[in-house]
Amino acid sequence: MTRLVYFAWVRERIGKGEEEIDLPSSVVTVTDLLNHLKTLGEEYETALQYPEVIRVALDMEHVEHDESISGAREIGIFPPMTGG
Amino acid sequence: MTVTPTIRVQHEDFDLQTEVDLLTKGKPGVGAIVTFSGLCRDGGGTLAALELEHYPGMAEAELRRISDLAIARFGLLGFTAIHRYGKIAVGENIVLVIAAAPHRQAAFDGANFVMDFLKTAAPFWKKEHARDGAAGDWVAAKDADDTARDKWK
Repeated sequence: MTRLVYFAWVRERIGKGEEEIDLPSSVVTVTDLLNHLKTLGEEYETALQYPEVIRVALDMEHVEHDESISGAREIGIFPPMTGG
Repeated sequence: MTVTPTIRVQHEDFDLQTEVDLLTKGKPGVGAIVTFSGLCRDGGGTLAALELEHYPGMAEAELRRISDLAIARFGLLGFTAIHRYGKIAVGENIVLVIAAAPHRQAAFDGANFVMDFLKTAAPFWKKEHARDGAAGDWVAAKDADDTARDKWK
């Protein structure tokens, strides 16, 4: 089981802030994960429509989309940041 | 001597002078302090407030990572970064960074560097609350912020 956490408009569109999910073994990279999530329903499809703008963190560290998600306990999925 | 930054992510407001005093206490080598405060502005009169969401844990970790980079790169003697979350009304503080160094250039550069990286890497998101009560939009990230960050390469 992997814990997924969502923020800002990604959270609003998916309709929840976090969930525990069983990922198929075919999901290896961040890109695979985003593509897999898009198959889980219309709300995921809407949230992740433009995967290239989505930012991902593995155990609270930023990663690129070609990175392997292997071993990550918590995966954060969110829009570009707008703090400061 | 290792310099450890002070990092806080909180809803409560902060007091500039209190934070400066805390940072400089017991550091007689400090000759320059640069502070930057970011405030919630009114968007030309349309905004009532911003709502700031953050990724708890990662927000602190990223502020610490970026502050550590600045301390090492500019030889800072002290650094403080405070970022607020929750609903923040127009005119209120959002963020504070304080850089302490022997001389002014390092202090200016340290504060500037952290703000440039904070905007693009610290997990905070702003949602607008309009004065007319309309449901606001999420603030979009600016390409200009990426450009500002990339000048430090």
